[in-house]
Amino acid sequence: MKQDQLLIAIKNLKTYFFLDEGTVRALDGVDFDIWRGQTIGVVGESGCGKSVTARSILRIVPRPGRIVDGTITFYRRLHDNGAGQIEEIDLTKLDPTGPEMRNIRGAEIALVPQEPMASLSPVHTIGNQICEAIMLHQKVGKEEARVKAIEMLDRAGFPQPKQRIDSYPHQLSGGLRQRAVIAMGLSCHPSLLIADEPTTALDVTTEAQILRLMRSLQHDLGMAIMFITHNLGVVAQMCEDVVVMYMGRIVEEAPVDDIFHNPKHPYTQALLRSIPRLGQKTKERRQLESIRGTVPDPYTRPRGCAFHPRCTQRIRGVCDQTEPPWLEVEPGHKVRCVLYG
Amino acid sequence: MLVYIARRVLLMIPTIFLISIISFVAIQLPPGDFMTSYVAGLRTMGENIEQEAIDNLRERYGLGQPVYVQYIKWISGIILRGDWGQSMEWQKPVKDLIGERILLTVVLSLVSLLVSWFIAIPIGVYSATHQYSILDYVMSIISFIGVGVPGFLLALIIMYFAQTRLNLNVGGLFSQEYINAPWSVERVIDMLKHLWIPVLILAVEGTAGGIRTTRANLLDELNKPYVELARAKGLSEWKLIWKYPVRIALNPFFSTVGWSLASLISGATLISVVLSLQTTGPMQLRALTSQDMYLAGSFLLILSVLTVIGTLISDILLAWVDPRIRLEK
Ligand SMILES: Nc1ncnc2c1ncn2[C@@H]1O[C@H](COP(=O)(O)OP(=O)(O)O)[C@@H](O)[C@H]1O
Ligand SMILES: [Mg+2]
Repeated sequence: MKQDQLLIAIKNLKTYFFLDEGTVRALDGVDFDIWRGQTIGVVGESGCGKSVTARSILRIVPRPGRIVDGTITFYRRLHDNGAGQIEEIDLTKLDPTGPEMRNIRGAEIALVPQEPMASLSPVHTIGNQICEAIMLHQKVGKEEARVKAIEMLDRAGFPQPKQRIDSYPHQLSGGLRQRAVIAMGLSCHPSLLIADEPTTALDVTTEAQILRLMRSLQHDLGMAIMFITHNLGVVAQMCEDVVVMYMGRIVEEAPVDDIFHNPKHPYTQALLRSIPRLGQKTKERRQLESIRGTVPDPYTRPRGCAFHPRCTQRIRGVCDQTEPPWLEVEPGHKVRCVLYG
Repeated sequence: MLVYIARRVLLMIPTIFLISIISFVAIQLPPGDFMTSYVAGLRTMGENIEQEAIDNLRERYGLGQPVYVQYIKWISGIILRGDWGQSMEWQKPVKDLIGERILLTVVLSLVSLLVSWFIAIPIGVYSATHQYSILDYVMSIISFIGVGVPGFLLALIIMYFAQTRLNLNVGGLFSQEYINAPWSVERVIDMLKHLWIPVLILAVEGTAGGIRTTRANLLDELNKPYVELARAKGLSEWKLIWKYPVRIALNPFFSTVGWSLASLISGATLISVVLSLQTTGPMQLRALTSQDMYLAGSFLLILSVLTVIGTLISDILLAWVDPRIRLEK
């Protein structure tokens, strides 16, 4: 991919939570890139640091959490300053509440959260909450913002947006709320949309509709999507590339086909074994394997490879001693495991 | 919304009726009545009261008659003629006795309430958004002391200092010459000069409590996903805090308006006694101890009705600020 297509480069990102009980190393050296227009899936068991990655990029990590190391370089395209001009900004160096970061947040990088109900203020209309984002980042008045909000709701497949823009969240179904939140996220035409498990709160039918909607919106608007999920089936539908996280690190990164047909890391392989396959008859269906053991407690990271206590292919004296290297096994396919050294 | 209010108002009528019965029965419960002790008192002082006069009084209040007759006489007087009966101890109509006192009490309490909210809310918001900062600790300690120190003690301390150090005459709500004077601009000014001490004392308690409530409620809200999404939009901290979580954290204030209204009248009795304020608290206390039944009954009734009205106001306010309640069918 051409270098000017790079949108975000995350290098050695470490985000820790300093609690009384100890330090939680939620992210412990995360590296990956996001390209313009790319849909990148971030998968892993719950607690592996997916949401913290999203919050770190947006610089909204809650206290007592803090980015302690690493860089998040944002390649911002300057529209007014001649085409093709690109400005490099290290987001980790910005004041999280300062004007520079706030100009990026919501405008360039937007969030679609996990629970649309809890993520909308119950005492403000969705119109109010969407217009607010529009007026914040675009130089438009109330009336114009409202027109844009209605247009965005319409694009997000929200029925009768003109009449229902003044609804309160509790008057809408879960699917409509999520459409409203997506409209809000896209209202300022961001170059990156971070969707943090956007469909976990929805039923299967609605989930399918929302996923279809997001794909078609991406097709029309061309933004990149960082799609966070623990559901590999959703990844297969949505994403071009996948990063697999385990205990605050990326353990494998590959195009989606390679992840499904040629997984390298034992953790990825185990994840794949734990999902049911379509087309299998119930009788023939193999016993679904869940990954043995549980994620170790977040205060104490195992020595060597963090996955070794649960790994079926671990090598005594190696995996529990040395940090596995980050290897490129095939072009575009990287894995953090000694088996491929 | 209008339907909601109308329904609530209609529901109030039977409630108030029931309350009036209970108030009346409650003041009838103690053995004997005022007349017996009044006449006995006069006789021991050697005065002779005509049996006829006694009977007249008894007839007027229906004292010898069944309770329900007395009740009907009492309540119909209030509703039809605005006649709250006669205070037996003060020998004056109840209406004249408590009218001004209620006005003064409401002014005093309302001013203290507003002052305390005005101070408490910003401090509470600061404390919550700067949790565990030095100022938060300082504010917490001060507000704990404010909650802990009894109001009457504070009243005594402030009176002592105002009188000895500042040479101010601080008891009461008026200077001597204005106590029984009719209302005039000078009288209002005189009242304002006296008002600040009770307001200060009442506000200290209210403010301390208000800080605790605001801080605790806001802390609950600050980590909610809707705050995070507002932040992710790029809103400035100041704007998003006041628009979203504070708005929701303040709901409890609206629901307490209900009982505040009643405690406005009866509350602060102790402080009023200490500061000898012409508010309702001390008079109510006295009426209850001396079985001055019409006075006491009027207080009970007014307080209960105020509580009912207060609850209604609270509910309307809550529905007004919270669409989840307003739009519920
Ligand atoms: N606000 C917080 N305070 C303390 N620890 C946190 C906080 N948020 C996340 N963590 C820790 O960071 C780790 C990663 O969390 P998260 O990114 O939310 O996981 P997920 O992959 O399920 O989204 C977890 O171990 C969690 O305990
Ligand atoms: Mg998460």
